[in-house]
Amino acid sequence: MDSFPHRHLLGIKGLTEPDINLLLDKADAAVDISRQREKKTSTLRGLTQINLFFEASTRTQSSFELAGKRLGADVMNMSVGNSSVKKGETLIDTAMTLNAMHPDVLVVRHSSAGAAALLAQKVSCSVINAGDGQHEHPTQALLDALTIRRAKGKLSRIIVAICGDVLHSRVARSNILLLNAMGARVRVVAPATLLPNGIAQMGAEVYHSMEEGLKDADVVMMLRLQRERMSGAFVPSVREYFRYFGLDAEKLKAAKEDALVMHPGPMNRGVEIASEIADGPQSVIEQQVEMGVAVRMAVMETLLVSQNQGPRA
Amino acid sequence: MTRPTVIKNVRIIDPSQDLDETGTIVVKDGRIAAAGKAAQNQGAPDGADIVDGSGLVAAPGLVDARVFVGEPGAEHRETIESASRAAAAGGITTFIIMPDTDPVIDDIALVEYVLKTGRDKALVHVHPAAALTKRLAGTEMTEFGLLREAGAVAFTNGRHAIHDAQVLRRAMTYAREFGAVIALETRDEHLGAGGVMNEGLLASWLGLSGTPREAEVIPLERDLRLAALTHAAYHAAQISVPESAEAIRVARNRGANVTCGISINHLTLNENDIGEYRTFFKLSPPLRGEDDRTAMVQALADGTIDIIVSSHDPQDVDTKRLPFAEAADGAIGLETMLAAALRLHHSGEVSLTRLIDAMSTRPARIFGLDAGSLKAGAVADIVLIDVDEPWLATKDRFVSRSKNTPFEDARFTGRAVSTYVAGKLVHSGR
Repeated sequence: MDSFPHRHLLGIKGLTEPDINLLLDKADAAVDISRQREKKTSTLRGLTQINLFFEASTRTQSSFELAGKRLGADVMNMSVGNSSVKKGETLIDTAMTLNAMHPDVLVVRHSSAGAAALLAQKVSCSVINAGDGQHEHPTQALLDALTIRRAKGKLSRIIVAICGDVLHSRVARSNILLLNAMGARVRVVAPATLLPNGIAQMGAEVYHSMEEGLKDADVVMMLRLQRERMSGAFVPSVREYFRYFGLDAEKLKAAKEDALVMHPGPMNRGVEIASEIADGPQSVIEQQVEMGVAVRMAVMETLLVSQNQGPRA
Repeated sequence: MTRPTVIKNVRIIDPSQDLDETGTIVVKDGRIAAAGKAAQNQGAPDGADIVDGSGLVAAPGLVDARVFVGEPGAEHRETIESASRAAAAGGITTFIIMPDTDPVIDDIALVEYVLKTGRDKALVHVHPAAALTKRLAGTEMTEFGLLREAGAVAFTNGRHAIHDAQVLRRAMTYAREFGAVIALETRDEHLGAGGVMNEGLLASWLGLSGTPREAEVIPLERDLRLAALTHAAYHAAQISVPESAEAIRVARNRGANVTCGISINHLTLNENDIGEYRTFFKLSPPLRGEDDRTAMVQALADGTIDIIVSSHDPQDVDTKRLPFAEAADGAIGLETMLAAALRLHHSGEVSLTRLIDAMSTRPARIFGLDAGSLKAGAVADIVLIDVDEPWLATKDRFVSRSKNTPFEDARFTGRAVSTYVAGKLVHSGR
């Protein structure tokens, strides 16, 4: 049996090419389960999964919930974002309380970088990072990789252009790490105000024009630009941003004819992506959502079952 | 009155008189009666304790110009008394308390409170620095004359920077007449706002907001211009990048009365120590890159950087056991400053004399304290150092009330084996 030498999934950093391939292979199989009429398995029967979301996220949370349920786990959702639970109680206190309930896996989203790693030090179960601040969002990178691999048949030597707000994006960081580990060529395309310091040393070629950055690309990955960053703080206006960095039919022409268009969602139509492209033939945005459930099933199964040849006591 | 003490066969390093020789120190009535080779044959006073200092270095007790305590207001983190025990254990015989307390030390009653508590409870000499502006708010100046008369040795805004150049210019102009030193940390309020570590590749990977070096250097250059304009005595309390040292050098060459300090952390640690979000390494200014650190060590060795401070800043688990960006800045340092500084001696980068100068003689001179010297007649504040003793900084060794040390389980070579304050033995770790 293939082995996966990690107890938690806190980031793509630290994963090797075989680790990633193992997860993607498993996820491929999980896609078939989700497409059957009978979607429920007993892989994680009797195990408890707690989704601890300090930041609201309908998509990611429901994707993890569905993944757990399809594997037969008992799933509990804790949305701490706006509730009183947050008041006066630290992340660690909340984690210790939940830990006392003997969960088998904690899925954590938090607005601070490193939050998932901090939790993992304090609890006795596996921890999956569902997004920590501007640090990492590993399952998103894995589902993106699965989507690409199923469409292109490989990840090595393909050209992926990641476009938009790389600075604030945990999705971009995880994708840069994963795609580099798999031998893809990564480009980032953005105005300089939206790129992190040292980006050229992070394993990405840097472009400031969509036409050049998208040239011969196999995949065009768009990132969300948050509303509060569009009106003067990082870029002057929505219309200027869309004019130079929004993906429309004209700019997409620079990429390969069969290039995939991706977006981690939720989209700002008319800001970073034109509607006709988001809904067009090259868009795989819906497939990404489907792959999300499969990848999360694969991750949980791998962490909770495979490495111990059986559920954790 | 304490008994006389004679320390024999000890290597005496006293930068205040350019002394580095093996000899004897005679202490009587809390003061140095004689120190040096010539004192060897003087004979001991009646009833004196005779200490064999063979293999040890005797230096003037260390003077730490930047210490945060929790008294008044946060005694669970550190009291003046507990900080003084930590200081004694680290060879520090005098320290200056920052005014960031609750209430703020911006009034003579608070200065008197600190001095009285120090006299009654502390093992070492304690001096308050008073707030430069009321409530540290950066808008209205405090009563420099009255505060100075009450015993404040410097004026500072502690952890807070002064953003308004006009306020600072007036404060400098007014303070000059009272001979008050203004000691400030510089941090631009907008540039790098929200930064929690050094800006750069590491911060980018960790997904943390960075503080650029310019956020320190730009306001420092402004302050240095104002110091030249007003002829004030200005001390840059904590610089962290070589560009700041360069700015000090330039201002000094133009004739400004400026000095600067650096925390021991910035001389011995770098941003890589943060690893995976270790909050005990979250400091302000942030730990910088290794190139910066080595350049700062060089600037210390050549005297551009005047003094080393511990920047002792006790924090509780409730302010440190948090995600990195949410955790408080600061690290304790009274007990490890000397040992960490000795790393620079062992590596051959900075001489022992320069280190003692930077941790004793020079800070005493900058802040006008009766300390930092072993001349006959000086107060007998002495540290005996075993420069070569290896030890491990395990958590249970720390006497500070807070345990947020960046040196937990660090290996050190050299430490204070005895500390004397006004002739009285206040720490003995032999």
